[in-house]
Amino acid sequence: MDHLEQLENKSIYILREAYANFKNLCMLWSIGKDSTVLLWLARKAFFSHVPIPLVHIDTAYKIPEMIEYRDKLAMEWSLTMIYGQNEEALKAKRTFPDGNADRITCCRLLKTEALVNTLNGAGKRYRLNLETGKYEVDTNTEPYTGVIVGARADEEGSRSKERYFSPRDQESIWDIGDQPPEFWNQYKTDFAPGTHVRVHPLLDWTELNIWEYIKRENIPTVSLYYNQGEGKRYRSLGCYPCTFPVESDAQNVDEIIEELKTGKFANIAERSGRAQDKDDGGGLETLRRDGYM
Amino acid sequence: MKEQMNIVIAGHVDHGKSTIIGRMLADTKSLPEGKLEQVKANCKLNSKPFEYAFLLDALKDEQAQGITIDSARVFFKTEKRHYIIIDAPGHIEFLKNMVSGASRAEAGLLVIDAYEGIQENSRRHGYMLSMLGIKQIAILVNKMDLVNYDPKVYDAIVKEYREFLAKIDVEPKCFIPVSGREGDNITSSINHMDWYQGDCLLDILDDFEKEKPDFKKPFRFPVQDVYKFTNKKDDRRIVAGNVESGSIKVGTEVVFYPSGKRSRIKSIEGFNIDPKDTAYVGESAGFTLEEQIYVTRGDIMTNAAEIKPEVARRLRLNLFWMGKEPFVKNKDYFLKVGTTKVRCRLEEIHRLINASDLNSIQSEQVNRHDVAECTLQLNKAIAFDTVDQIATTSRFVIVDDYEIVGGGIIKEPLEDKLAWVRDKVILRNYKWEKSIITEDQRAEKYNQKSVMIILTGPQKVGKKEVAKSLEANLFNDGKWVYFLGIGNVLYGVDADIKKQDNAENRQEHLRRLSEVGHLLLDSGMILIVTAVELTQDDLEIIKTTIHPDKIKVVWVGDELTTDVSFDAKVPGLMDVDESVVKLKTILQDNGFIYKPW
Ligand SMILES: Nc1nc2c(ncn2[C@@H]2O[C@H](COP(=O)(O)OP(=O)(O)O)[C@@H](O)[C@H]2O)c(=O)[nH]1
Repeated sequence: MDHLEQLENKSIYILREAYANFKNLCMLWSIGKDSTVLLWLARKAFFSHVPIPLVHIDTAYKIPEMIEYRDKLAMEWSLTMIYGQNEEALKAKRTFPDGNADRITCCRLLKTEALVNTLNGAGKRYRLNLETGKYEVDTNTEPYTGVIVGARADEEGSRSKERYFSPRDQESIWDIGDQPPEFWNQYKTDFAPGTHVRVHPLLDWTELNIWEYIKRENIPTVSLYYNQGEGKRYRSLGCYPCTFPVESDAQNVDEIIEELKTGKFANIAERSGRAQDKDDGGGLETLRRDGYM
Repeated sequence: MKEQMNIVIAGHVDHGKSTIIGRMLADTKSLPEGKLEQVKANCKLNSKPFEYAFLLDALKDEQAQGITIDSARVFFKTEKRHYIIIDAPGHIEFLKNMVSGASRAEAGLLVIDAYEGIQENSRRHGYMLSMLGIKQIAILVNKMDLVNYDPKVYDAIVKEYREFLAKIDVEPKCFIPVSGREGDNITSSINHMDWYQGDCLLDILDDFEKEKPDFKKPFRFPVQDVYKFTNKKDDRRIVAGNVESGSIKVGTEVVFYPSGKRSRIKSIEGFNIDPKDTAYVGESAGFTLEEQIYVTRGDIMTNAAEIKPEVARRLRLNLFWMGKEPFVKNKDYFLKVGTTKVRCRLEEIHRLINASDLNSIQSEQVNRHDVAECTLQLNKAIAFDTVDQIATTSRFVIVDDYEIVGGGIIKEPLEDKLAWVRDKVILRNYKWEKSIITEDQRAEKYNQKSVMIILTGPQKVGKKEVAKSLEANLFNDGKWVYFLGIGNVLYGVDADIKKQDNAENRQEHLRRLSEVGHLLLDSGMILIVTAVELTQDDLEIIKTTIHPDKIKVVWVGDELTTDVSFDAKVPGLMDVDESVVKLKTILQDNGFIYKPW
C-alpha cells in the first residue's frame, strides 16, 4: 500500500467514525481543493453517496466561478448543500471591500461569525432544492454537533497542533493546552451536551498529497487553480479582495505537482497569497480559536 | 512517490528534543526559505540568545510558556523517504499529547540529557512507547558538550537505561551520543567524539524499517457500520470497516463475533476503484454478504477457516491512566475496543506499576499517570484478540464523562458465569440454517419489528392481565403478537428438569425460555413474556441468548423487589388500560410499531 493509499484509508476510517457517532454532523466545503478532496473521500467512504450535509460559508465576495462550480457538483452528486452568511454585516457594509473594516475584522465577521451562527443554527441556513436547483431557507435549525473540516497539519504552525477529533466548547473555543489523548485509532467521539467536535480527516495530508490524489482520482477542480494563459493561477482560494493569484505557468494537475515538487513553490508556504495572514503575526491563530477555518 | 515514516521524539522535559529537531531541520536545509534568518533576527530584536528550539515554536503563547505543548508535526525528507517528526512534549502534564503523538508513530527517538541523566519521564516514556506498540527505538544521549564529550558518562547512561528497557522487554535499536546545540552526530558523524563509531542520527532514521504488513495473520474486520442507502436508490447492504489484520477473498465463509453468525463474502465494494476480489490489512473496505444476517457496529468479522478471536465479559489487561479522577471500583465506565463500546467496571487491581521505576505497589485505585494491571468486568461479552496474538485488535481505551481517560492492551480473557450460555449461543448461531426471507422483509410484511417485552414484578400485581390485554390490543391492530407465560414452558420444554427446583435449574429454565423466545423473534413476532421477580442475573442470561436490542423490560406494580434494571414501569392491576397505553407508546417510540398517523 503506498503512502497516498494509507492516507486515503485513514481518512475514510475517520469519516465513518464521525458518521457513526454524531447525529448532527456536517462537513464544511470551502470549494477549495482540500475540502473538495474531503468530499470525494466521503463518496469513497459511503460508496458514492454523501449522507452528510455540506456547509459553505458564502462571504458574498467569493470568486463567482467558485459558486458556479459548487452548485454544479451539488446537483450532479445529489449533495445536501447548505450555505450561510452574515447578512447583517453585509447589509451594514461592515466589510473590508466597503472600506469599513480591516482585513482581520472582515474575516471575523464574514467567516467566523457566519460560520459559528450557521453551525449553531442561530443564523439562517439556505438549502439547495435538488428538484428546482434553487436555494430555500432550511427548516432544520438544530446545531451541528460534529463538523468535518479539511484542515491540514502542514498549512501553518497552529494546525499542526490539531487532533483528528478536536472538541470545541459552547463558544466554539479551542483549548490547545488541554486536548484529549488519541490512542491509536480511538478518537474522542463522546461529547457533553452543548459542546461540539471538529473532525479533521486530512490532518496528515500535504499540499502535494492533495494534488497527487486529485490526479489519481481525476477529481474535478475549479479552473482558478490553473494558469489560463496569463501566467497566473490561484494556489489557495478565498475572497477576491484578499486572495491573489501567484505567478505560475502550471496549466494542469501534472504541472502543479511538478511545480510543488521541484519548482519555485517547493519551499514557500501555500497561504502566502492570502493577505490577511500577514496583517498580524498570530492573527490566524486567534481566528482559529474563534472558529475560523 | 517516496515512502513516508512517522517518528515520535520523546524524553524528559528540557532534555533537548526541540533543539535536536531544529538542528536537524536547519542542517538538512529543510526549513522554509528565510525561516532560520527570521527567527534569528527575532531573537536579536528581543535580545535573547538564538535557540534551535525556537524554530518549532510556531505558536505565540507557546513561546510565552517556553514548553512545546502539543504533538507538533515537523516534515522533512532525506534521499530515502519523507519523515514526519512528531514532537511529544516531555512535561508530565502533557502525557496525553505524548500518547497521541506516539500513537501515530512507527519508530521512536528518546532523548536523555547526559548532564542530568535518566529522569522519571525518560523511563515513563520508554514504557509508554513499548505499550503503544512501537518496536524500533533509538536513544539519543544529548548535551554531550556539557559533559566534555566524556565516553564514561555516556557509557554509564547506556548501561543503566539498557537495564531498564530489558525489564520491559524492549530491545533498543541503538544509542547515539549527540549534541543538539553543537550539531554533533545529528546529520554527520564527523564531530567531537572520535570514540564513537556508530552512525549519526540522520543515518539511523534512514535505517529504521517500514513495518511490512503481515498478510498471514488471521483476518480481522471490526464492523464500523452497515450501510444501506435505499433513499438514494441503492439496494446494496454494505458492511463497512477497516481490515485490521490479514486479508479476505470474495467467496470466503466468514463468522461474526461475539454472535458466531455465519455468512459468505459476496463482493468487495468501493467507489471509483477497479473491481477486486481481495481486501488486505489497512484497507477501509466494504463488503456485501451472500446471506443477510443481523450485524452491527462492534462485531468482528473473521474468516471461518482461521483462528477465532476471543469472546469474553471479563478481561485482564494493562492500562495507562490519564484521568483527572482516579480509576476506581463500583463506578461505571465505557470500554472501547476497535468499534465496540460497552459499559465496564473495575473488578480488581492486580498491581500498580510505577512507570518510572517499575516497582509494583498495592492499591485500591489507579491514579493519573499510573500504569496498572487489572481485571475489568463488562456488561456484555465482546470480541477481541490478546496482545500476543494480534496487537491491533487487543487495544482499548476507557471513557469517563465523555473523555478518554485511559488506554492499554488486553492480555487475556477470563471466565465468567455466563460463558456456558454464550458458548451454546455461538454454536447455535454458527449452525443456524438461514431462511431466504430476511429480517427486513418480515418487518416490512408484518409492519412491525420483532421484540420481546418482559413484564416482571412481584406476584399478584397484574402481569398476566396486562400481558394478555396488550396482546389482544395489538392483535386487534393487526399485529403479529403472542403471549408466552413462563409457566407455559415449564412442563413441556422443561419437563426433564422441572422436578429439582434449584438455582442451576432456574438458570437453565431461563436459557430455554430465551431460546424459545429467540425462535419466535426470528419469525418476526412481537412476544410478550411474564416472569415473577426477575433479577439482574436472570436478565443477563436472557440478554446473552437474545440480542439486547430486541428486549424491553417492564416492571409491573409500585413495589420494587429485585435489582433488575428496567426500561419502564407500569401500574399493572391498578390500571390495566393505562399500562397497555404506556406499553404501546414504548413500542412506538422505539420504532417496533408505527404511530397510527
Ligand atoms: N549545552 C547544550 N544545551 C542543549 C543541548 N540541547 C538542548 N540544550 C538546551 O536545553 C534546553 C532545553 O532544550 P529543548 O530543546 O527546548 O528541550 P525539550 O523540552 O526536550 O524540547 C534549551 O535551553 C537548550 O538550549 C545541547 O546539546 N547542549
